[in-house]
Amino acid sequence: MEKVEGQQHPLGVYFKIWGWLFVLSALSYLVDFFGFESYLRWTLILIFMALKAGLIIAVFMHMRWERLALSYAILVPPILLGVLIWIMAIESDYTFATRGIFFGGAP
Amino acid sequence: MAPSDSDTTVAAPTGLTSIAADWSSDQRTFKNVPWGKAMMWIFLLSDTFIFTIFLTSYMTVRMSTTVPWPNPSEVFALTIGGTKFPLLLIAIMTFILISSSGTMALAVNFGYRRDRKKTAILLLITAAFGASFVGMQVFEWTKLIVEEGVRPWGNPMGAAQFGSTFFMITGFHGTHVSIGVIFLIIVARKVWRGEYDSNTRGFFTSQKGNYEAVEIMGLYWHFVDLVWVFIFAVFYLW
Repeated sequence: MEKVEGQQHPLGVYFKIWGWLFVLSALSYLVDFFGFESYLRWTLILIFMALKAGLIIAVFMHMRWERLALSYAILVPPILLGVLIWIMAIESDYTFATRGIFFGGAP
Repeated sequence: MAPSDSDTTVAAPTGLTSIAADWSSDQRTFKNVPWGKAMMWIFLLSDTFIFTIFLTSYMTVRMSTTVPWPNPSEVFALTIGGTKFPLLLIAIMTFILISSSGTMALAVNFGYRRDRKKTAILLLITAAFGASFVGMQVFEWTKLIVEEGVRPWGNPMGAAQFGSTFFMITGFHGTHVSIGVIFLIIVARKVWRGEYDSNTRGFFTSQKGNYEAVEIMGLYWHFVDLVWVFIFAVFYLW
């Protein structure tokens, strides 16, 4: 039979992650259900989001068992996106301020 | 030193030095990874950039608009028996997509064990979850367009950009899910007929497949789930 290079792990690890994803999704839904606001809301939502994304990439997509040459090739370029988000956040604050000045709509 | 004909002759380095060693010339960079899987990862990286650009443009218009943004918690609420549940449909869709990711991970596992029956059934369950997700999205879009009057150029609840970003982001994601469902059914059929064991050539690429195809399919499917994690957090929960 042809040699297959694949990932093989015990089933339990998938069930465990599946359960955690359910718990984390339920928690992020509860954030909205209980109507937490402002910084508490952003912090909780972003933490749950990052944890879920991390679990999916690391275990379901088997990234934690891959060699670093592949992991870094895939996981390092998205750091650039953080820069884009940061720049656009600054830019939209500026746009918001100018709209407030010229159209008088801003609070 | 005699030239070695395989990269297994010398023990592969680990840790940070392994990156320099693996990327050095005249050898295979991504060791222990079939080429199709490496290519799928690179495709997913490009897709990450596309989705992030969509979500970033959404963030930009939402942060810069002086008109109040429609409250997603109320817009996407469902009324069941007189009680209003915020974001109920979206929560159900989230759980369905996570479950489909779970069954997909199991399918990959059983594929490498050569358990054709279980693999095919799990792939079909995954496809069914995916199809029901798209169905709920159709329901959500219909409700928004017909009942709430949301259009890409405006809506009665607030900022006009709500419609354009919503339809673009969820539409692009829904397209990914739909394509995934089609390919899940194709892969399930191949597994069921034993085409990965008999080395049958595929109808599209004319290449011989093997169970790596199930894992590559899995990468795509988990990515669709991954994107939903971000859409759920920044679009619906913001």
